[in-house]
Parts: sequence; structure tokens; C-alpha cells
Amino acid sequence: MLLRVNGDLQEVDAPDHWTLLEVLRYRLGLTGTKQGCDKGDCGACTVLLDGRPVLSCLTLAREAEGHEVLTIEGLAAAHVAAGGQGADALQAAFDRSGALQCGFCQSGMILSACVLLAHHPSPSEAEVRRALSGNLCRCTGYTQVLQAVALAVSEACGQPAPRRAWEPGPTAGEER
Amino acid sequence: MAARDRHGLEAPWGQFRHVGRPLRKIDGLAKATGAAVYADDLSLPGMLHAKTLRSPHPHARVLSVETAEARRLPGVLAVITGQDLPVRYGILPWTQDETALAVGKVRFVGDPVAAVAAVDEDTANAALKLLRAEYEPLHAYLDPFESLARHDPAIHEDRREGNVSKRVELAFGDVEGALAAAHAVVEDDYFFHGTTHAAIEPHCALARYGADGLLTLWSSTQITHYLHRALARVLGLPAHRIRVVQPCLGGAFGGKSDPFSLEFCVAKLAMLTGRPVKMLYTREEVFYAHRGRHPMHLRYRSGATRDGRLTGVDARILIDGGAYSSYGLVTTYYSGQLLTGPYDFPAYRFDSTRVFTNKPPCGPKRGHGSVQPRFAFEVQLDQLAEKLALDPIELRRRNLLPPGAQTVNGQRVTSNGFAECLARVEEASGWRERRGRLGFGRGLGVAGSMYISGTNYPIYPNKLPQSGIQLKLDRSGLVTVFSGGNDIGQGTNSIVQELVAEELGLQLDQVRVVAADTDLCPVDLGAYSSRGTFMIGNAVLDACRKLRGPLVQAVAEHWQVDPGRVRFVEGSVIDLADPARSLSSAEAFQLAEERFDTLGATGSYNTPALGGDYRGGTIGASPAYSFTAHVVEVSVDVETGRINCERAWIAHDCGRALNPLLVAGQMEGSAYMGLAEALLEEHDVNRFGLHRGPSLLDYRLPTSVDTPELLALIVESLDPEGPYGAKEAGEGPLHPSIPALSNAVFDAVGIRLRHLPFTPGKVLKALRARPALNEAGLAAGAGRG
Repeated sequence: MLLRVNGDLQEVDAPDHWTLLEVLRYRLGLTGTKQGCDKGDCGACTVLLDGRPVLSCLTLAREAEGHEVLTIEGLAAAHVAAGGQGADALQAAFDRSGALQCGFCQSGMILSACVLLAHHPSPSEAEVRRALSGNLCRCTGYTQVLQAVALAVSEACGQPAPRRAWEPGPTAGEER
Repeated sequence: MAARDRHGLEAPWGQFRHVGRPLRKIDGLAKATGAAVYADDLSLPGMLHAKTLRSPHPHARVLSVETAEARRLPGVLAVITGQDLPVRYGILPWTQDETALAVGKVRFVGDPVAAVAAVDEDTANAALKLLRAEYEPLHAYLDPFESLARHDPAIHEDRREGNVSKRVELAFGDVEGALAAAHAVVEDDYFFHGTTHAAIEPHCALARYGADGLLTLWSSTQITHYLHRALARVLGLPAHRIRVVQPCLGGAFGGKSDPFSLEFCVAKLAMLTGRPVKMLYTREEVFYAHRGRHPMHLRYRSGATRDGRLTGVDARILIDGGAYSSYGLVTTYYSGQLLTGPYDFPAYRFDSTRVFTNKPPCGPKRGHGSVQPRFAFEVQLDQLAEKLALDPIELRRRNLLPPGAQTVNGQRVTSNGFAECLARVEEASGWRERRGRLGFGRGLGVAGSMYISGTNYPIYPNKLPQSGIQLKLDRSGLVTVFSGGNDIGQGTNSIVQELVAEELGLQLDQVRVVAADTDLCPVDLGAYSSRGTFMIGNAVLDACRKLRGPLVQAVAEHWQVDPGRVRFVEGSVIDLADPARSLSSAEAFQLAEERFDTLGATGSYNTPALGGDYRGGTIGASPAYSFTAHVVEVSVDVETGRINCERAWIAHDCGRALNPLLVAGQMEGSAYMGLAEALLEEHDVNRFGLHRGPSLLDYRLPTSVDTPELLALIVESLDPEGPYGAKEAGEGPLHPSIPALSNAVFDAVGIRLRHLPFTPGKVLKALRARPALNEAGLAAGAGRG
């Protein structure tokens, strides 16, 4: 089959029943996409198909033919190709916010957040929570993930990032 | 304690440059870009895939396993059964009761029976269907009370104690006298259900056995060193011919701290086939492999004086261990030994019994053995406060361990920020103005806890260092650190990087960390008991301080100045008396290499002698204790019985917060995990011994929508023995979340939830059992007790 992944057209030979997740990981070596459950429960395998998030463990590889697949590896590469350096702003925000503890769920999480911000550049916290609710994280309690998205949003708007509970504040009572 | 193990609290070069700042993690960008390599991301040429045949019976004799037909399937390279790996293992040397594949018996649904290696996963799965295992089912124990009362058939036939896995009875002071003299006594039953880790990465292992007779195992483990020892024992290979490597790890929480069947199976299959072999557990297999939180039936009796001073505590605990021992001996001790702070009480007794049942084996989950008793006791403290008409925070405040105190069971407490933790959550939550005044259906609850920063008790008795570090200084200005520590996402390698940069006056990118590779790194005992930052951190400071002298001397001689004028600062070396003079650290390394030869150093840490002078007195003895207080705010829907946890204030005393970003992440992640256990998660089997829902959908992990607002408030009581004063942050902050939630429900609607999990059904039942009061009456009753 012919797949377009992160801009590259790739010819892949794989059994018909192989999922997009299997082909990405075990044929193309794009192991940034993770398997946490293999049945669509955890969201770790999220990739973008024509800009929409899909669960690659529930998508047959053949179904991706004729579509643009974007994986986590493609995000930083696109950023560099566009003249940037290192990782893109959202990935860097996740890193700077401490959202990457074990990191296993975060490629899916970052791609889900990426789609949200593409459609809603300035989402409310409730909107961010809803948009990420298909991606389970076991380390962070989502707090630093939400802070990462808030940081990316603030920086895109030139605003200071919201203060976190543990940071020294102007008044003690403000912690509530 | 060796003098070299106390490194002081001060910044090494005048002021901290990295410590205390919210730094990025050493592997953050690799994880954010998908470049980080986890176990299942590895592939080797010619690699085979392995699968496990598992028992469909909770308890049975294995009469035969017929493998011939499976072996004949094209693409199958090897099949192994219990006879191929008969040597027993177990994480504790005293209770080695597991084999990689069943020998003679299976003891839970999912117990591994045979393993197959084939050219691909599909062929391996097809081969499993061709294996014929015959069983003779035995009586299955699914209720721990039955295991206590009945021992025939025994789950482990060679044990004198029948189905009892471990019993610990310890008494300190006159408990009966103390309770008789108390003004108020509360006695009640509590139940903590089973829960599991559910790290998003399933267990995975890959083995290669070379023609040179060297075995390499890459595994998603948090205990590289113990796994290394177990492999040598089970495979009958000298340990120096085995290399164990932990790749990047996708979460563990205690769930990867036993040696697991797949690690032995891939090694054996690689030895038999001469080809690399990988096995990846399915999510369902991870649920059966388990080693999660032990269900506990707890009975507590506590007494207090009229003014709220605790007089004595009496506990009786039955622990459901599942099919194997795992860490159970330690769990049984921890269920009593870790309760003796942050409150001071003069008399204490506990009687804890762990029994075997035919269920997935339990083990250590974040807050090992002490989350369950902490839940019961902190709810009981709230009941005492109610009975004495005292504010629950005030009751806790009246029982603080005094500074420099020893606990009733003989544990030394060096630093203690609990009073500040209570004050922080009290203020941040608006406790004084809001508790009891939020109206019917909404409430606040408090709880506290204390936890270990590692223990002085290595898992096998030895006097070797618990943590070792090796440094290599390169003339490029780079320092490579070899650390045995297991970074499981909590950031151990980031802490190592930060501490080396601080001690040697470097920038962070001048320090690289090679970790958790038994060929390359000195031994560290692993990621458990919250020991990493404390012990590895101290080993890092020890190693670095051996190099600071030669580095300073070489520069001082070069400049012909007093060594006191030389200061290493973020990659530069400056002369304090002459700002015009400076070198790069690379130049300084070269001067030192010219003067002293190739530069390197080792460092280590071991604990001082700790613990009470009685059998078991060293279990739970820690060089330093962390402290936590939570206030949780809930609303309760009295129509549906649903509890909505809205926010949690988490104050945690972690000693010096080396990297507050990592500390906050641990605090928030801990609180999330505890609250999820209270409200959503349940790990249990049905009457056939089958897991009730071995998937990430049925085992209800909270999503971003279900998780409350988590507010981390960091408290820093500098510990005299921690690295720059640091203590643990990874497990302590989980403990109070569950009792604080129960106590908040009491404030909201006046019911005491003592049996976990707090399902809508239990809430409705408890509400109905309340005396018929109108809502206003209920609200008044639920107010300040």
C-alpha cells in the first residue's frame, strides 16, 4: 500500500489486517506513536489523518491510503522545515510545564491539543479538558498538561502564563 | 552514618544556580518529539515474538502441557513450559514462591503456563491455540476470611502457616490501659478495595543471547538490579554474563518492581533459539500481572482525652495478598509500622495478617502498604473530632510529633514540616470560614500523613551501598554521569543532572546521564520506597565533592592564587578577587587533567543505622520522612449519590524542592491517583476468579474531565541528611487524598464513608440510613461536630 506519512510517500508491505499503529511502529519505525491498550480506550496511539485525530489502533492501515498522516515525529520536523528550531511551540510548552513525566501518553496528548488549538486558538480550560478527554494520562493528574496548553496559548497571544499554585504569589490568600 | 553521607544544606558555590528553579527535564524534549525509546520501540534483526499461555482456572493442578502440535506449526521456533524454568524466584529472598511458568500448579486465572516464540505475533498467537494443557481444578479461595480459616487445600503446599502469608503483631506501650483511660474512644471497621497501577505502557521485554554467551535484556522494569540477580539465579548464568538495561519507561507506580514471567521467558527463548525474542503484554495481561494495592479489612480503635490528645491506637488488619508473596512480608509490616506519624501517641498495637487467595498477586502500589491504614485512621481521627466537638484540623494540631521526636515504634524523625502543611491547606482552602458553612451537599475534609524517603532495609541483606554514582570528566567540558537509578518518569535522571551541574558549577547541558544499565552503571537498588532523590542525590554529591578539590587546586595553581578565590559558575571559572580573570570549565578540566591525570570519581550512599531494637524494627525506618496534608472540597448529589470532587489543596513537605516543577508534578499525580481510587477504580475478580474488567475502559481511569482542580503547595523543611535538604515527593502526597475525601463527604451530607470505593450506591444507602431529618437538619448535623 501507499501511505503519505509526515509528508513522505511510503510504499509499505503489511498484512491486510494490520492497523495503522502497527504499520507506523513496526514497518516505518515511527515509534513515537504508542500502544497503551490496543482497543481504543487510552488514546496513546492518536495520530492525525487529514488534520483530524484518529485512534491508529482502531484504524486499518489501508484506510489511511489517500490521506495525509501526521505523527508526533512530523510535528517538530514541520516546525524545522518552516524555519524553526528544535521542537514546535506546543511541544516545547509541554516540556517547560513538566507535562512529560513518563511521556508515554504525551505524543497522543500533544496531537490532540494541536488539533484543538488549530480550531480554537484561545480555548477555555473546560474546552481544553474536553478536547483531551480521549487521552488518558496516569502520571500528571492532567494539571501540568492543562498548564502546558495554557502556556502555549498565552505565549501565542503575548500574554503572561497563568500562575501555578506552588509559585510565590503577590498575596497568600490568592491561592484559593 | 559515614561522615561523607552528610553533605550539608548550603549551595556549593555561594548561591544555588539550578536548585529550586523549575527546570526542564533531561529527556523532556525527546519525549515531546517522539524520539524517546521505550522497550517496545526496540527491534533487532531476526527478532522473534513471544506469547504466553495462561491458566483459565483460579486454582488447579497442572496435569500435563502438550506442546508437540504447537511446535509443528510453521514459524514456531520454540515452546517452553515450567520444566524449562523450574527455579523459584520472588522479590524477597525469604519468600521465593514464584516460577516463570507453572510448575505443578496454577494459583490464579492468568498464571503463566507456557510460552511460545515465533516469527511474528500472529503465529505465536496461533501456536497458543494448539497447546493442550490439562488441569485438575482445586478449591479456589476468593475471600481472605476463608483463607484465614481454612488451609486445605493449601495455595502454597510447602508453607507451615497454611494460607497465611505473613503475620505481624507488635505492641508499644499499654494500649488497653490507654484506651480505658481515654475520655472518648472510637471503634470501627474500614475496608480498602483493590486497585492497580495501570501505567499506560504495558510490560515489555526483549532479550538477545549472543554467540559469546552474553545475555542482554531490555525491560520495562523499575528494579534493574534485582532483576539482574533474579535472572542469574533462574537461568543459572553467572551474573557477569547478564546485562540488564531499562529503556525509557512509560510509567510504573510500583507495578514494574517485581521480576515478571516475561523477562525470564524471553531470555530462555533467546537462549534456546539463538535469536532475539520480544514479548509485549496485552493490556489484559497487565491487569492479571497486577502487583497492585492490597485489599485490606481494617479495624481501628483509638482513644483521646477530653482535650483531644490521642492516648492509644489499636489496629487489626486482614490483608488479601492474592496468589503469591511478592513484597507481602514488607506490606504486612508497613501496614502497621508507617502509621506512627505525623501524630504522637504513647501506646500503639497492630496485628496484621496477610493471606493468600487465588487472585492476581498484590504488591506495592504508590504508598506501599500504608495508604490503606492511613485512610482508616484519618477517618477515625475525624470521628474522634466529631465526638469531642473539636475542629478536625485542631485535633490534628494537638497531636503533632514534637520537634526531634522519636515515634512510638522507635523511628527517628529528623525534619518535620507537618504543622506548616496543615496551616497552608487551612488557609488556602478558607477552612475556617467555609467548613460546615457551604450548605447541604457541599463540604470540606482534611487528612494528614507521613511517608518514608527510602528505608535502611535493602531487599536482600547486605552492607553494600544502596546507591552508587560514577563520574567521567571529559576535556570537552562534558561530564558523563553513570547512575544505576531507574528513571520511571518521576525525573531521577533530571535530578542527577541538576545536582552534578550545581556541585561542579556547570550548565545543565554539560551533564549527560547514562542510567539503569547493569554493564555500565554502579548499582542502585531501584525506584521504590521513594528512595531515589534522597539516596542517589547523596551519592551524586559524594562523587562530585571528590572532584571539586582537584579542579579548584588545578585552577588555583594555574592562576597562582589562593583556592578560596576560585569559583565554578554555570560553565565558567572565575576569580572572586579579580573579575577580569576567567576560564571555561572545559579549560579547567584540561588543567586538572594535566595536573592529576584522567578525571573521574565514584560516590555512594548508605543509610545510618536506624530503627527500633526489636524484630521488624528496621522495616519502615527511613533516614527522613516527608509530610503531607490535604483539604478536599466535594459536592454530593443526594439524588444520584454521585460525589463530585471539585478541588484538592495538597501541601507537601518534601524538604528542599530541588526542582519545584517535578515536585508539583508528583504531588498532583499522587492526589489524582488517590482520588481516583476513592471514587472510580476497582480491581477485583468475579466468582470464577476472572477479572471484572481488564481494560482501560472498564477499569475506570479518570480523564481530564473527571479530574478535579489540584493545587500543589510546596512546604520545605530542610532535612539535615537529604541532598541540600531534600526528601521524597513521589508517594507521600497520595495518602491523605482518600480519607480527606471521605471526611469532606461527612461535612457535606453527614455520612461516614468507611468502605471503599465510594460508589453512588453506597452513598445513597448511607443517606437513607440517616435519621429522617429535613435538609436543614441534615446540614446542621453535618456541621462542626
